[in-house]
Amino acid sequence: MNDVIRKLEERSLRKDIPQFRVGDSLRLQVRVVEGEKERIQPFEGIVIKINRGGNRATFTVRKVSYGIGVERIFPLHSPRLEKIQVLSRGKVRRARLYYLRKLSGKAARVETVG
Amino acid sequence: MTQTLDASGRIQAVTVLELGPCAVSQIKTRPIDGYDAIQITWGRKKHSRTSSAELGHFKKAEVAAGIATREFQPRGDVQLKLGQIIRVHEVFAAGDLVDVTGISKGRGFAGVIKRHHFGGFPNSRGTHEYFRHGGSIGNRSFPGRVRKGLRMAGQMGNERVTILNQKILEVLPDENLVLVAGAVPGANHGIVVVRHAVKQQRELELAVNG
Repeated sequence: MNDVIRKLEERSLRKDIPQFRVGDSLRLQVRVVEGEKERIQPFEGIVIKINRGGNRATFTVRKVSYGIGVERIFPLHSPRLEKIQVLSRGKVRRARLYYLRKLSGKAARVETVG
Repeated sequence: MTQTLDASGRIQAVTVLELGPCAVSQIKTRPIDGYDAIQITWGRKKHSRTSSAELGHFKKAEVAAGIATREFQPRGDVQLKLGQIIRVHEVFAAGDLVDVTGISKGRGFAGVIKRHHFGGFPNSRGTHEYFRHGGSIGNRSFPGRVRKGLRMAGQMGNERVTILNQKILEVLPDENLVLVAGAVPGANHGIVVVRHAVKQQRELELAVNG
């Protein structure tokens, strides 16, 4: 990539992000703005995709909420992510866990390591 | 292009432009040239690639031969000297609206689907060798000709394009960089011309009236 652009992107990189990989379970504290007020909303699920690339990096977290699959895409370096907590490390053989979308119940789990 | 993240987490797509430093290579005046303009030059051209005409022209102003030389209409009463170096931050500041002109990426001789977003024809149900055509281009003996300006296949791109009223988000004087919101015409590393927005004033007035 262009060095000039890389340098510019480095300014908005966060250095406090823990290492995590696809298949890991995360608990996120997301800052949500509701009208005037700002509050912190937790979001907990499995990382099914990481899209790398400087300050444009994003990751997708999937969870099943009341029987409905919910996926949220977060910019990795977003200041709205108050905290990223790794709950467990997953053992997966794929970079994108789209197959989880077709599975439900016990089949939709990811084997954990460590 | 890249993107920026502000403190509230808002993402903005930006284009990084390297502007200047530019040297004033000629000052055109009404008595001599018939109109007023400032000619500035950017970059440095290899000696072997510079024609003797260019060499002589730049020698008059005592500036190095540039890669790109463009003329601008001076705004207000700025006093510029021949050979003077102009830096980005002397001209632009964050929040300014600018017009960016460049040569758009060439798409060659493009069909109507790519060039004018025509819908094409069905892929089945009897279509025979007519998938990406434009269809009819007129009637019969009346009017007996094709209307002027009818959209057809032809050269697409590789033309001069100006995007009006783009906002400057940030100026980095040390690196000669400017971050402009959104996309600008042309390929990566292409040459663009940036000027203060010409229609900005009117838009501001409209905003007040409306």
